[in-house]
Amino acid sequence: MKVKQVSIFLENRQGRLAAVTKALGSNDINIRAFSVADTADFGVVRLIVNDPNRACDILRANGFMVTITDVLAVEVPDKPGGLAYILEVLQKARLNIEYLYAFVEKRSDYALVIFRLEDIDTALKVFEENNVSLAPSQEVYQL
Amino acid sequence: MREIQTERLISVVRRCYEHVPHYREAFDSHGVHPDDIRSLEDIVKLPFTYKNDLRDHYPFDLFAVPKREIVRIHASSGTTGKPIAVGYTQADIELWAECVARSLVCAGVTSDDIIQIAYGYGLFTGGLGLHYGAERLGATVVPISGGNTKRQVMLMRDFGVTTLACTPSFAAYMAEEMRDSGIPEEAFKLRIGIFGAEPWSQSMRREIESKLNLCAIDIYGLTEILGPGVSCECPCQCGLHIFEDHFLPEIIDPETEEPLPEGEIGELVFTTLTKEAAPVIRFRTRDLSRLYYEPCACGRTLVRMERIMGRTDDMLIIRGVNVFPSQVEAVLLSVGDVDPHYQLIADRSARHMDDLEIRVEMSEALFNDEIRKIEDVEVHIRKEIESALGISVKVKLVEPKTLPRSEGKAIRVVDRREL
Repeated sequence: MKVKQVSIFLENRQGRLAAVTKALGSNDINIRAFSVADTADFGVVRLIVNDPNRACDILRANGFMVTITDVLAVEVPDKPGGLAYILEVLQKARLNIEYLYAFVEKRSDYALVIFRLEDIDTALKVFEENNVSLAPSQEVYQL
Repeated sequence: MREIQTERLISVVRRCYEHVPHYREAFDSHGVHPDDIRSLEDIVKLPFTYKNDLRDHYPFDLFAVPKREIVRIHASSGTTGKPIAVGYTQADIELWAECVARSLVCAGVTSDDIIQIAYGYGLFTGGLGLHYGAERLGATVVPISGGNTKRQVMLMRDFGVTTLACTPSFAAYMAEEMRDSGIPEEAFKLRIGIFGAEPWSQSMRREIESKLNLCAIDIYGLTEILGPGVSCECPCQCGLHIFEDHFLPEIIDPETEEPLPEGEIGELVFTTLTKEAAPVIRFRTRDLSRLYYEPCACGRTLVRMERIMGRTDDMLIIRGVNVFPSQVEAVLLSVGDVDPHYQLIADRSARHMDDLEIRVEMSEALFNDEIRKIEDVEVHIRKEIESALGISVKVKLVEPKTLPRSEGKAIRVVDRREL
C-alpha cells in the first residue's frame, strides 16, 4: 500500500526548516517521520504527516515549493538481518532504491522504514511475493 | 522601397536641419551636414536623438513647423522625470490613421469588425491612435476607453464585439471579469486582440488567447515616433511588420553604438521619414529587438522586428559580452518553466573577474523529490544558458517568491560590480 510523502524544496539558509515545521505545527499537522537530503545550496525535506494533502495546501499557501510522492512503509523485522533480507529481495528483482529512511517510533517487533523506489508498482508485487509486509497508509499517518 | 526611403531620409534630414535649432547644433557639432546624406547607409553619420533631448526641449522646441500648423498635441506622463510633448499636423494625423489602419489589416481586422477600444483616450496615444485608424479602415468603433471592466464586458456581449484593443494586462484582467460575470463563453464574438503599449511574454499571450478565445496580436509604437502603428504582427505571429516607408529602423549595439547585422539582438533605433511636426532622427528607443529582412509567410516584404525582448537598461556586459535577461528567459521557457522568475546578478571577484550568477525560483516544472534530478535540471539550465550567452555562469535555484519585486514588477538585473 502506497503512502503519500510530502517533499519540500528549501534553500540552505538559516531558519528555513523551522519555517516549515512552524507552518505545519500551527495548523495541527503532525510529523510522523522525516528526512533531509541536501547539497551546498539547497535541500529537500521529506515528511510523512497525518494529512498529506492538507499539509501540501498549507505549505503552498506559505510560499513553499511542494510535491507529493508515493513511497512504501515497509515493516522490517527488528532482528539481525531484518533489513538485509528486504534489500536482498529488491536486489534480486533488480529494483533500484532512490532513498530510504526509518521511522523513529517502532511498532511491536517491527521497525518501519520508508522506501522510495524507482518502480513502485513492481516493488509492491515483489514484496507481496516475498512476504515483506507493508504498513497501511492510514495507520502510518496516525502513528 | 529603398528608393522611397532614401528620398525621404534626405528630405527629413534637411527639414530637421533647417527648421529645428537642436538638430542644426547636433549635426554641426557632429561634423555632419545634410549634403553628406545621399544614401541609406549614410544614416550612420547622423547623431542619435535621446529621450532626454525631447525632455530638454519640452514642450515645443523640437517642432519643425510653425505652431499654427499643429492640430494636436499628445504627451507622455514622464514617470521618470519631465514629460515629453509631441505635436501633429493634419498630415501627421492622417499618416497615423493610415499606419494604424494598416496595422489592423495586418492583424486580420476588416471593415465588418466591431472594435472595442479600451486603451485610455486622452494625452496617451493609445486610445485616439487606434480610434482614427479603425475609422479609417471603416470598422465599427466602440470608443469605451479604459476602466470599468463590468461595463466593458457587458457591451462586448451586447454589441457582439469582434476585436478588442487594449494593453495585454488589461486584457488578462478583462478575461477574469468575463469568467466571473457568469455570461457563457458562446455569448462573446471576439476573434482578434490588438494588444500593446507594454511588454508581455509569450506565455502571457497564450494565456490571454485561451481565456478570451481570440488571436492576440502585438502592436508596437511609441509617442516619440508616432504612437501605436509603427509596427504590428500578422496572424503568423512571427515578428512585427514595420511600416518602414515611414519609420526607418536600425539595430545598434547600445554600448558601442555600432550598427549590428541582421538577426542580432540590440537596441532599436527609429528615424521618422515622413512626419512633419515632430520628426526625429535616429531615436534611441531603449527597446531590445532584432530585425529580419526575409519576406514573411503572410507575403509581406516589410522588415520585421522581433517582439520587444527587454530594455537596454537591463543589459549587462560580462567579460565583454552583452547579456540580456530575455536570453535567460528563453532558456527557462524551453526547459518547461511556464512563468519563469529569475534574476541576473553580476559581481566582481577578488581577482577582478566578472561573475554572473543566475538565480531561478523553483517551480513545478523544475522541482523533483530527488536531489539528483534537481541537480540535473540545474546543470542543464546552466549549460543551455552558457551556450546561449557564450560565457560561463553560475545557476542557483531559490525558493518561490524570494526574488525581489518592485511594485509587482520583477527586478531582473542586479549589478554589484564597483566599476
